[in-house]
Amino acid sequence: MNYRTVWRKSVNAVMFSLTGLCTLLTVCILFFILGYLVWHGGRAINWDFFTKLPKPVGETGGGMANAIVGSAKLLLLATLTGVPVGFMGGVYLAEFGGKTFSFLVRYMTDLLNGVPSIVMGIFAYTMVVLPMKHFSTLAGGLALGVMMIPIAVRSTEEFLRTVPVTLREGALALGASKWKAIATVVIPAAFRGILTGIVLDLARVAGETAPLLFTAFNNRFWSPGWDQPTASLPVMIFTYAIAPYEDWHRQAWAAGLVLLGLVLLTNITARVVLARKLSSVAG
Amino acid sequence: MGVTMDPLILTPAAGKGRPEKLRSIYPAGVAAKLQVIDLNFYYGKVQALQAISLDIAANRITALIGPSGCGKSTFLRSLNRMYETVRHARPEGQILLDGQNALDMEVSQLRRRVGMVFQKSNPFPKSIFDNVAYGLRVNGWKGRGTLREAVERSLVRAALWDEVKDKLHKSAYALSGGQQQRLCIARALAVDPEVLLLDEPCSALDPIATAKIEELLFDLKRQCTIVIVTHNMQQAARVANDTGFFLLGRLIEFNRTEMIFKTPARRETEDYITGRFG
Amino acid sequence: MASTTVVVEGAPRPGRARAFLLRLRSGDEVAHLITLVFASAIFLITVLLVFELYRNSALAREKFGWNFLVTRTWDPVFEDFGALPFVFGTVVTSAVGLLIAIPLGVGAAIFLAEMAPARISDALAFLIELLAAVPSVIYGLLAIFTLVPLLRTVVQPFLKKTLGFLPLFQGPNYGVGLLAAGIILAIMIVPFIVSISREVLMAVPVEQREAALALGATRWESTWKVVVPYARAGILGSIFLAMARALGETMAVTMVIGNDPKITSSLFAPGYSIAAVIANEFTEATSDLYIHALIELGLVLFILTIILNGLARLLILATQRKGTAHP
Repeated sequence: MNYRTVWRKSVNAVMFSLTGLCTLLTVCILFFILGYLVWHGGRAINWDFFTKLPKPVGETGGGMANAIVGSAKLLLLATLTGVPVGFMGGVYLAEFGGKTFSFLVRYMTDLLNGVPSIVMGIFAYTMVVLPMKHFSTLAGGLALGVMMIPIAVRSTEEFLRTVPVTLREGALALGASKWKAIATVVIPAAFRGILTGIVLDLARVAGETAPLLFTAFNNRFWSPGWDQPTASLPVMIFTYAIAPYEDWHRQAWAAGLVLLGLVLLTNITARVVLARKLSSVAG
Repeated sequence: MGVTMDPLILTPAAGKGRPEKLRSIYPAGVAAKLQVIDLNFYYGKVQALQAISLDIAANRITALIGPSGCGKSTFLRSLNRMYETVRHARPEGQILLDGQNALDMEVSQLRRRVGMVFQKSNPFPKSIFDNVAYGLRVNGWKGRGTLREAVERSLVRAALWDEVKDKLHKSAYALSGGQQQRLCIARALAVDPEVLLLDEPCSALDPIATAKIEELLFDLKRQCTIVIVTHNMQQAARVANDTGFFLLGRLIEFNRTEMIFKTPARRETEDYITGRFG
Repeated sequence: MASTTVVVEGAPRPGRARAFLLRLRSGDEVAHLITLVFASAIFLITVLLVFELYRNSALAREKFGWNFLVTRTWDPVFEDFGALPFVFGTVVTSAVGLLIAIPLGVGAAIFLAEMAPARISDALAFLIELLAAVPSVIYGLLAIFTLVPLLRTVVQPFLKKTLGFLPLFQGPNYGVGLLAAGIILAIMIVPFIVSISREVLMAVPVEQREAALALGATRWESTWKVVVPYARAGILGSIFLAMARALGETMAVTMVIGNDPKITSSLFAPGYSIAAVIANEFTEATSDLYIHALIELGLVLFILTIILNGLARLLILATQRKGTAHP
């Protein structure tokens, strides 16, 4: 063993240790985030958080009940607008698409996916807030809905394509027309994957703040109906975190824990379901 | 049904497909269920079948044999127009079902009358019951009795009823390979097809499962006309009344099975069945 | 020889109109039409978005023209708007972010693809992908109360002491600023670099590694000199994708960048990014020109991300051609 070999072997060991360190660092970040949030958020969470409205500025106490309901309404609207469009678009691309138009639609979907979330907020602002002349849950919900479309499309198309050709042929051979075969065999076969993709999409959109800043805006009270500005968890976290009040910081931690908890739980469940589905495809 | 049996084309000439000689190979009174007249088939610019002409007799089992890529599957799939899922797939010629133009009739209707079982069993990710009932539901069940009775009938015909009668609600994927294939047969039978096409149905199965299915076919031919594509010559010899030999997209020879195997008229046929190629 | 007696009863061939109606009744054309409508809706929405961005920035575009991109002032009072401070802030924070995230991410990807046993690699990759699911505002929340104090009390004084001769590390120390934003961006884009690079590296054919090892290379040499270059395009693609994400990142950056539209040479100084200024000032904008200027900023950001995403896609496509990209 000469000097050169020793050098190369030590470089080998050092470099791989370094890369291992990188991995460790990255993974530790996740645990740090979780730990910190659980610690600070856990201490701040109480029953009031889920049931009370925010107190007037400067007063301690209160909760984020309106923000939780607001987020739920926004996400409901987002699902109702984004998912059907994305799903049907995905069905078109996977089952009916003509060559050039499919290419255009896919390109546009990718473009839409790359739109920064704040720009999406601007879009919803110009389309909904300006005509209505005030902020609204509707505007926020639509912004989030449009953000959901690209991933819904991609998810639907990918999972429809995984359905084996023989399954389709089996349905056709029994006399089913093309659309019946798609609706009664192909889509049910791909359903679990598509649903998982959409749930992941929803979880991603649930944490979005930027598109809501000037669409749904914020509200320290309940927001009845769909045409009033509404509080939402992400926007409350933002507002409280940058404010100078200690009590607001405390509540921001609580909200952060709730939001992150829901998002991560959804992600983990969805991915586990997906992994199991992929491994059990009987074909 | 106004077709009397046409004398069968025995050995298509090497030319453009005009029959050279006509000699009936069938006993009197046997009707032709399917007639294929001068069928050419193209995938885009590639010609997959050349001038195929033959008659498929009713209530008999017809086997189609030949080496890989000879076009027998393409031919089978043109009988129920499964090629329509492929772009640029194009038949030219005539296919008649009971004298009616099969290439023009409404395709769902055709496929109800001409059923298909595929090479690898392809049950839907649904329950056993829902699999068999699928064809009935999709075509609007208007027959006698309930859906359940129809499903039971089909499973009985497919010799699967006893094995699954207690677990109809279970997923079809819980069955073994052979059982799944019989399920697919039951599923195809549920709509009461007049013709049943089988594309190498036993190629993925073990000998016992294969035997079960072959036994099944003997029973089925009483109600059905059966066309089976197989790469297994012994199977053709065991099961089929008539056999057609395909090679490179042409129908080389078509005759009663025993004639094909004992006294083949063409040298290519003889080479194939004696194992000199394929 | 038997005679030929064939009576063919064919169904009458339906005319073209009848054929269309038949298909319509069978539902296939209807289904095609319905899905086509939705697909077109997607197309239209995207076009509309671009159009609205363009239309609603008209006042600013007309007033400032191309100078908008190079003007340093951002003065709402005198209505003089320029994009340069924000482009600067966006570029600098993204650059800092990438500088930190690339070695970290590629390093972790190499470890996960080459060194770690499969089960551990999968588990760790799963965890790292969860990082990508953490909302931006939560990163911001954590950054305000952990990263910023850390920078202010420990890191930035340390850098000042050791590297203070560089203008990068001079100036007053607030904690918030370009460096803070850069670091939080790095943390946010690392998961993307790791997961895509890892897949690209794992897709490199085993034969490549084996060839290097058979020639006597160490594991590291085979990785660094053979596998990584082979997957180079895909890794670069992941970097571009991460860059695109970094550009559009709003909340976390807004919360720690300091919100000062100035161009400075110090990383410690507060700055401003395009997304951050839109987020902060959009609802405060008092005049139409103000709003149009902000929307024009949005347009600039949008175009930048399109370009980067397009480049990323081309690169990843290139690796697919070569056969090393992820499935």
